[in-house]
Amino acid sequence: MSNRIVELEILRYNPETDEEPKFQTFSVPCAEDWVVLDAINYIKDELDRTLSYRWSCHMAVCGSCGMMINGEPMLSCKSFLRDLPDRIRVEPLTNFPIERDLVVVMDDFMDKLDSVKPFLIPREEKTVDEGEFLQTPAQLSKFKQYTLCINCTLCYAACPQYAHNEGFVGPAALALAHRYNLDSRDVGRSARADVVASNAGIWECSFVGACSEVCPHGVDPAAAIQQTKIASSVDYFRDMLIPGRRS
Amino acid sequence: MAVSNKPIIWLLFAAGGTFAAFVTPVLIFITGLALPSGLLPAEALAYDRVLAVAQTQIGKLVLFAVVFLPVWHAAHRLRITAHDFGIRADAFVKYICYGLAATATVISAIALFSI
Amino acid sequence: MSRRPYIRPVSKVSWWLSQPRYIRYMAREASCIFIGAYSGVLVVGLIRLSQGAAAWGAFLETLQSPVSIAFHLFALAFALYHTTTWFNVTPKAMPLQFGQTPVPGGAIIGAHYLGWILVSGLILFLVGV
Repeated sequence: MSNRIVELEILRYNPETDEEPKFQTFSVPCAEDWVVLDAINYIKDELDRTLSYRWSCHMAVCGSCGMMINGEPMLSCKSFLRDLPDRIRVEPLTNFPIERDLVVVMDDFMDKLDSVKPFLIPREEKTVDEGEFLQTPAQLSKFKQYTLCINCTLCYAACPQYAHNEGFVGPAALALAHRYNLDSRDVGRSARADVVASNAGIWECSFVGACSEVCPHGVDPAAAIQQTKIASSVDYFRDMLIPGRRS
Repeated sequence: MAVSNKPIIWLLFAAGGTFAAFVTPVLIFITGLALPSGLLPAEALAYDRVLAVAQTQIGKLVLFAVVFLPVWHAAHRLRITAHDFGIRADAFVKYICYGLAATATVISAIALFSI
Repeated sequence: MSRRPYIRPVSKVSWWLSQPRYIRYMAREASCIFIGAYSGVLVVGLIRLSQGAAAWGAFLETLQSPVSIAFHLFALAFALYHTTTWFNVTPKAMPLQFGQTPVPGGAIIGAHYLGWILVSGLILFLVGV
């Protein structure tokens, strides 16, 4: 263990005793290769066992350890201490209610994710015996980047329109809707349109672009939403000009 | 939820934004800097010359597009910017922004038509 | 255990001061004020043109006033910012792909800048600079 001592200012909130959250500072001796999550685990193991936070995989796959680190939404397992100053402010993800300490309430995101039908809607169901739905590499390449989303909700913490517009479906859910809309095996676009192309869907986005900047997997929700705006506009005018097209 | 009718205004916003990106800087340079500085010869924007352009069908069309498309772009973006600055009276803001854009559209159409 | 989720207050008015990326976004959005105002100048120009030679002459005279020049300088700065921010996101809104090979974003952006230079040059040529 190196001699570096890092001061972690952690926003604490106990719903049973606290009126509002307040910062508590911990001094943590850190190793060179630690990430912020390691320092938080040290606090939990050695300094204060009451600290609550979510984590699982420690390798940027599960998407559960998102936090505000010096004001920036990041996965704490992917934020190396060597890239950060000696004083680090750790808060729960913004734009979500705080359940306790660094744990946020994700119900709103879960409901919205569910509402865009983020699963394959094939033309007709097939049994396993009937075989796979085939797809060429070129067809896969159209949407592959959007499959990398791990639902960590950093993009929701970065999005001011999610913060200021109750009901906005938000970046990750709209990017996943786009991912299935682009899938050659899927025919669910008009079924998703009721939510995706509604006022609370893509049209609440003003293309701030912060979602794409903070994504730990390089997914580009802002691009997905703009592409959906164009596609939905084409749909809208086509439906207007050809009556009865949309059943 | 229902499919939104925002595509109408959004397509105007997008077309206007593209138009503004391509032509507005050079137009501002011409009317605001090249003309006052004398870089532009005085006869370049002479009445007869501009009038001749505005009297052709294609000239009217181009001048109309140059004015009306960026106006709708600006109007739609201003509506969103008002919300971003914390103004929550969107129903009112909407009428002001789109009303101004519609007025500018109608006035420029009438002016061009009468030339 | 009782649940009592805490909702942190966010300023409706000054939220965008918290991050440089939000400030850049608001600067981009503010460009619409100048794009709109400049369109107003052009509308006035069309009205004056339709009113005859004297009115047009007065309009050109007004364009050369210090206030007008100052306005145009600000408008030009914001219009250029609009142009760059608009072009730089074109690969996001309109990605191109041939088979499995996506066209690099830089090529799409570059094509827009090239077109912009050509259009601007053509307009300057037609006006007679």
